[in-house]
Amino acid sequence: MKKIIKYIITDILRNKIILSYTAFLLAISFTIFSLEDNSTKGLLSLLNIVLIIVPLISIIFSTIYIYNSAEFIELLVSQPLQRKKIWLGLFTGLAGSFTIAFLIGAGIPIILFEATAVGFMILAVGILLSIIFVAIAMLAAVKIRDKAKGIGVTILLWLYFSLLFDGIVLFLLFQFSDYPIEKPMIGVSMLNPIDIGRILILLKMDVSALMGYTGAVFKDFFGTTAGMITSFLVLAMWMICPLLISLRKFDRKDL
Amino acid sequence: MYSLPGMCGIIHVGKSEKIKTIKEAISHANERDTVLVHGGYYKEGNIFISKKIVLKGIDLPTLDGENKYQIISVKANGVVIDGFKIVHSGTSSLEDIAGIKLYDVRDAVVQNNVLDDTFFGIYTQRGINCLIQNNVLTSARKQEQASGNGIHCWKSDSMRIINNTIKGHRDGIYFEFVTNSVIWRNVSTSNLRYGLHFMFSNSDSYISNIFRYNGAGVSVMFSHHVKMFNNYFEENWGDGAYGILLKEIADSYIDGNHFIKNTSAIYMEGVSRTIMVKNVFRNNGWALKIQASCMETELHNNVFLGNTFDVGTNGSLVLNNFDGNYWDKYEGYDLNKNGIGDLPYRPVSMYSMIVERNPPAMILFHSFMTSLLDKTEKVLPTLTPENLADTKPLMKLPFHL
Repeated sequence: MKKIIKYIITDILRNKIILSYTAFLLAISFTIFSLEDNSTKGLLSLLNIVLIIVPLISIIFSTIYIYNSAEFIELLVSQPLQRKKIWLGLFTGLAGSFTIAFLIGAGIPIILFEATAVGFMILAVGILLSIIFVAIAMLAAVKIRDKAKGIGVTILLWLYFSLLFDGIVLFLLFQFSDYPIEKPMIGVSMLNPIDIGRILILLKMDVSALMGYTGAVFKDFFGTTAGMITSFLVLAMWMICPLLISLRKFDRKDL
Repeated sequence: MYSLPGMCGIIHVGKSEKIKTIKEAISHANERDTVLVHGGYYKEGNIFISKKIVLKGIDLPTLDGENKYQIISVKANGVVIDGFKIVHSGTSSLEDIAGIKLYDVRDAVVQNNVLDDTFFGIYTQRGINCLIQNNVLTSARKQEQASGNGIHCWKSDSMRIINNTIKGHRDGIYFEFVTNSVIWRNVSTSNLRYGLHFMFSNSDSYISNIFRYNGAGVSVMFSHHVKMFNNYFEENWGDGAYGILLKEIADSYIDGNHFIKNTSAIYMEGVSRTIMVKNVFRNNGWALKIQASCMETELHNNVFLGNTFDVGTNGSLVLNNFDGNYWDKYEGYDLNKNGIGDLPYRPVSMYSMIVERNPPAMILFHSFMTSLLDKTEKVLPTLTPENLADTKPLMKLPFHL
């Protein structure tokens, strides 16, 4: 398995897309922090990158990569190797290279310019979102045989998680505005990893605004250690569940 | 004990002196005498002063009210109370029991005292020209009902409240029907309700005070000609907590104050003809919540930095002037380089209107969806009041922070 991971990582690095992604993140983060005179605005721009760009690149690149290495995977399957190990090797290779890319691209500027609780929370959320969207991409790729359709589905998934879901939530909020919906809202937000990440950062960034009554409900949940652990556990579930499902699928798939 | 004929006498009180109790000393004292109390522990119940004397403590003598009594009551003009430690006053829901209470007096001075665990701290009613300075007042009571105000002034005039430190009371400083007075360089923190509670008090100034971690911030209501200069309002958190709550205020000045990390820095309702300049709003949830009932309020040269929402409002009527402030969220340009942005800045974001109507929507803040809504609203204002705009936004900070 180590050999597979090593091979995949070197292959991805040779691909240059990850390299340019790292360079892009690095350039953008440095520009943000050196252009803005107040760091809050810089963090806000970085937040948008973490919540929009990171999932998009992770999900699309991973899907394309899996489809493109279909022949390589077939070759590996024909060897005396467990399928599980091949798939986990692919996942680790992809997730690992995205983590490294994000750590270098966004981590270095954050540590240099904004080594605060907000900065580190953005870093943690960015890494988790990278891994989660690799797992989701692998699930989509193993379920759909057709490459074009697969890529289309992943783009739709990204659109859903970053835009449509929030639209639905906003709609629900207005439909049920006469009811005490603060607590159910916490449950609903757990259905979207991007939302969990966003709220975790929000609690560090806009804590003053969140101290109002409703905000206090969120703060009471997400702000406590138990709530933090729960949200990170849910984020971990968002990683593990798609991965396990795709693993089962791949195990039984007729290549 | 010595005294010269025709001059004021000095009476010593202490364990090793001839006179052991303060009450005895006061009964011996003549007008304008000085009673010097040496260090020690005095349990004398209520000490009543009806002569113009100076009561001065040496080495901070402790006066204990045993949780039963009001400790010092003053009913004479020109009394000085200096350098005592006053602890454990009684508590009552019928009477306002205080550590030091001044009844209908003028020219009194209360200074350099330490008050600990008193119900009300220093209380004046119908006081004129009194000086309350350099006192430290602490209370550790948990409930509002069981706790009184730190410095309480009722129906007074020309008071000077200077350099006191007040902590853990119901209201730090309470002013009701107090006129022509100054509150200067006080620190009022961690009070259960307001750091400063100010009602029906006209022509007063409060300058260079610090109000921090108070349950509901500072409240200034039903007053006119109030001047607020260089105060700090910090970390007042909660739904009903405001840096300052301004209600029915007219003809006032709010100048050079700093508002840092409050849920709402200023909440204004029925404020008219008030000038707000050179204030700094930093990292607040809402910098200004200005209700449509405010009119002729002038905001200039204020600095807005890192606030979640700059301005929130409840209607579309705008009778106030927002020109010439610095907003860190301003995205316009300055082609003629005169330091003033060429496009107007609208400080009310669409999302602040949504959150105003539907508070749980805060959970979606900073999402792609809401940024998109804000951007569309900027192009085509529908929900936000169109007239609420800064037509001359500053490109650079108007002063150094």
